[in-house]
Amino acid sequence: MPEVKLRKRLTVVEEIFHEGGPAATTPLRRAAQLAVIHNPFAGRYVPDIAGFMDDLKPLGLEMARNLISALGGNARGIEGYGKGAIVGSAGELEHGALWHVPGGYGMRELLGGAKAIVASTKKVGGPGTRLDVPITHINASYVRSHFDAMEVGLVDAPLADEIVLALVMTTGSRVHARVGGLKASEIKGEDGLR
Amino acid sequence: MKAKIRKLATFVEETCTEMGRQIQPPTRRAAAVAVIENPCAGKYVEDLNELMEIGEELGQLLTERAVAALGIPGPSAESYGKAAAVGENGELEHAAAILHPKLGTPVRKVLGKGAALIPSSKKRGGLGVALDIPLGHKDAAFVRSHFDGMEVRLNDAPRANEIMVAIAVTDSGRPLPRVGGLAKAQIKGDDGLR
Repeated sequence: MPEVKLRKRLTVVEEIFHEGGPAATTPLRRAAQLAVIHNPFAGRYVPDIAGFMDDLKPLGLEMARNLISALGGNARGIEGYGKGAIVGSAGELEHGALWHVPGGYGMRELLGGAKAIVASTKKVGGPGTRLDVPITHINASYVRSHFDAMEVGLVDAPLADEIVLALVMTTGSRVHARVGGLKASEIKGEDGLR
Repeated sequence: MKAKIRKLATFVEETCTEMGRQIQPPTRRAAAVAVIENPCAGKYVEDLNELMEIGEELGQLLTERAVAALGIPGPSAESYGKAAAVGENGELEHAAAILHPKLGTPVRKVLGKGAALIPSSKKRGGLGVALDIPLGHKDAAFVRSHFDGMEVRLNDAPRANEIMVAIAVTDSGRPLPRVGGLAKAQIKGDDGLR
């Protein structure tokens, strides 16, 4: 399978103190890392692409490590995660699906076997396309306070023969979470859902 | 602090290849952004001193954050720029009050030097508006390799009564500069221009 060719990387860290309500004692932090890579399958239909997932694993791991470091370096402080991909115009949506395994693997590996499925989204788009990366609790998908999303994008990517790969992590719930549902303190932690 | 900060964000962009050519070391630019309450929103305020003082605070805070995001000592920064976007209940002059009278001194203090004018842009806009922060070499405005710009945006800012303030810092110029002009090695550094 082809090598992973990285053109650029963007790291975004948000620190949210309040959103019109009482200031949080600990501000919520969200971080995203985007990697812009060459799409080795752009411009034609390639039947067999699945092997590229293995090639992407080191990148997934490195991006997850960078995110933990951007959020203070303590993996145990990470409570939410998500992932996504934007495929340039000469590619197909299926190329974005190649990110499911390596993106999720990288984060789970470093977050101590997080149980919940990693929320994800993907699309085909031009340079400047914005992606709303969904976020859920790392151990129980139904934790309502941690349903969130982070909008990411790069003005000059993806070019036609590129893919933007995104990973997102957060340190907690929405800053003024108050709509009930399963709480983080009530997680059973058996099935990744509750 | 005089500024009422709702959120802070940092962006780090790292360009590893351009037009298929390796960039070694990668060029890097960082922007730090603050979303603050606009104390003058919704009315005509003659004396904008409060905003000028907020500018002074943010000059230090955002420059420190941008430099920290690059992981370099302040004096290693090569180019810089600043920008502000005022929410719809504010006035363009509010951005000017933050950016121009007092913000520059603490920026230069963090960076050690900075003889050149800090290039700037400003606008009024709604949530998600893009700020194109102009960039120029911090010691000699005519260094052609360092004329650049960095786009940043936050999907949830500025709200009507907010101002978004950004400072960008780099440790390098454009990835593949080759349009001549004054080179970094030729800087005299006396007048901030050459």
